[in-house]
Amino acid sequence: MTDSFCFTPDNAETARVILSRYPANRKQSALLPFLDLAQRQNGGWLSPPVLRFLSETLDVPEIKVYEVASFYTMFNLKPVGRYHLQFCRTTPCWLRGAETIENAVCTHLKARMGETTPDGLFTLSRVECLGACVNAPLLQVNDDFYEDLTETTVITLLDDLAQGRQPTVGTQVKRQTSAPIVGRCTLVS
Amino acid sequence: MFLKDKDRIFTNLYGDKDWGLAGARARGIWQDTKTLLEKGHETIIEEVKTSGLRGRGGAGFSTGMKWSFMPKSGDMPSYLVVNADESEPGTCKDRDILRHDPHRLLEGCVIAAFAIRAHTVYIYVRGEFYNEAMRLQAAVDEAYAAGLLGKNACGSDWAMDIHVHRGAGAYICGEETALLESLEGNKGQPRLKPPFPAGVGLFGCPTTINNVETIAVVPEILRRGPAWFSSFGRPNNAGTKIFCISGHVNTPCNVEESMSIPLKDLIERHAGGVRGGWDNLLAIIPGGSSVPLVPADQCDPLLMDYDALREVGSGLGTAGVIVMDKSTDIVAAIANLSYFYKHESCGQCTPCREGTGWLWRMLTRMVSGNAQPEEIDQLWDLTKQIEGHTICALGDAAAWPVQGLIRHFRPELERRMAVARERRVA
Repeated sequence: MTDSFCFTPDNAETARVILSRYPANRKQSALLPFLDLAQRQNGGWLSPPVLRFLSETLDVPEIKVYEVASFYTMFNLKPVGRYHLQFCRTTPCWLRGAETIENAVCTHLKARMGETTPDGLFTLSRVECLGACVNAPLLQVNDDFYEDLTETTVITLLDDLAQGRQPTVGTQVKRQTSAPIVGRCTLVS
Repeated sequence: MFLKDKDRIFTNLYGDKDWGLAGARARGIWQDTKTLLEKGHETIIEEVKTSGLRGRGGAGFSTGMKWSFMPKSGDMPSYLVVNADESEPGTCKDRDILRHDPHRLLEGCVIAAFAIRAHTVYIYVRGEFYNEAMRLQAAVDEAYAAGLLGKNACGSDWAMDIHVHRGAGAYICGEETALLESLEGNKGQPRLKPPFPAGVGLFGCPTTINNVETIAVVPEILRRGPAWFSSFGRPNNAGTKIFCISGHVNTPCNVEESMSIPLKDLIERHAGGVRGGWDNLLAIIPGGSSVPLVPADQCDPLLMDYDALREVGSGLGTAGVIVMDKSTDIVAAIANLSYFYKHESCGQCTPCREGTGWLWRMLTRMVSGNAQPEEIDQLWDLTKQIEGHTICALGDAAAWPVQGLIRHFRPELERRMAVARERRVA
């Protein structure tokens, strides 16, 4: 871990665009977008030097940056694997077998919730409702949702990721997004 | 009886067609925005009021009324903030608007912001919807390039800026004042009201906060007329609505239907029916996790609207219908939700911060029957000590599902305790 951090030239330009969206005396509004940008640049987590850098950049006390970073679940204050597997556990997914999906993955990867696999590829997290309930059960991997999973398809998904293949994002069954899988009777004209 | 395709507002709900500007224009979006704006601030608000549109984010407050609270003049700028922090368990409708019909939302933003005399709109998208936010941003960029946004938006002489702002994972930011805090770069902890956002909102300025679906239906209401919109649904429950049907149905889906559609018709026509047939239904949660469940014996007949669901002690909420068949461990299902509220409590108010943990711990014991029958009344009492004693409605939302469970499934709770007791004796 290095003890300093600053935005790459590209990210500095992105940061400038972000800042322009808020009134000049309201720079702190850019804190969430900056934390996100910095986390992406820093390999998926926010180290103390990153928080220090953002504190100086936005003129916000360091403790405030930490307070905000620790409030939101998407900011990681510890390193995560290359693929952050986030299992939705809330009732709509649970009703459709979320626990089965979790168990299949834990067995397959020989890892428990909250752990990172020794090869640094996968971190397993359990998260609250991801907001794609009609495509339950689902798993978020980094920025992407994989939906309508089964014990079989989720393992195929992991194998693809492990071998550097990009799986199809979204539903893993033959279905048009959130439409009923069969018997659709709307928007057919 | 069912809504016809010609009366559907969200004609690209499933993403069958192009989401981009050309596709949007082919669906009638942005065709006559300037003409709609020429109606003037007051007429637009009046027509929205007349249409009977009520907020689609859960609270169901009259949209036109809300807009009318905004100041008509003053030194401070006004803001429109669109709540796209869709996180209510069972709800996934705004996601489809963001990714499949973003221009419909943007056109609504222009009209709504103009109506409340705002020049700046922030759309707060939940952080997990990364791809949806990128899609929305791409639509914003297209709209600027086409002169639909900017200094002279749609040729109206009205300056209009729309900014996409992503959240970072916190259910509480769907509460409107927590959302404003988050948008200002703080922890998402709700503000005390009053002052209400229409007086003191974002950056201390007058602000209206509306749900994505609410804003997105406005242009069609103005185009086709308020009477067209209010011709759907019963009086006081006007319009069409996107329903999300999840859980134990054969074909879970989103669908836009008429308000006041019978629940059984909604499930059987669009979601392929309850798994194992209607008689296999145990209960539904009709409006996202925050409203009390409705047991099967009250589900038919039951109309899906604000008034009918209030009459059975529940609510329409977001219209996220969670269906549970008889295989469901109903106590575990509600305990699961209690864990959700415990996890998502922002920690500001003691009754909620501590109470949600207590709810979850007591319910978890009750799943296995490891509790005394008198604890059911204690649990009920606890929900009453949370409800109404917190700054925002998350406390109420945590209390109501548990109250629904006790109200309708008390014998089941007692049965489990009796079984566990016998097991201990043996």
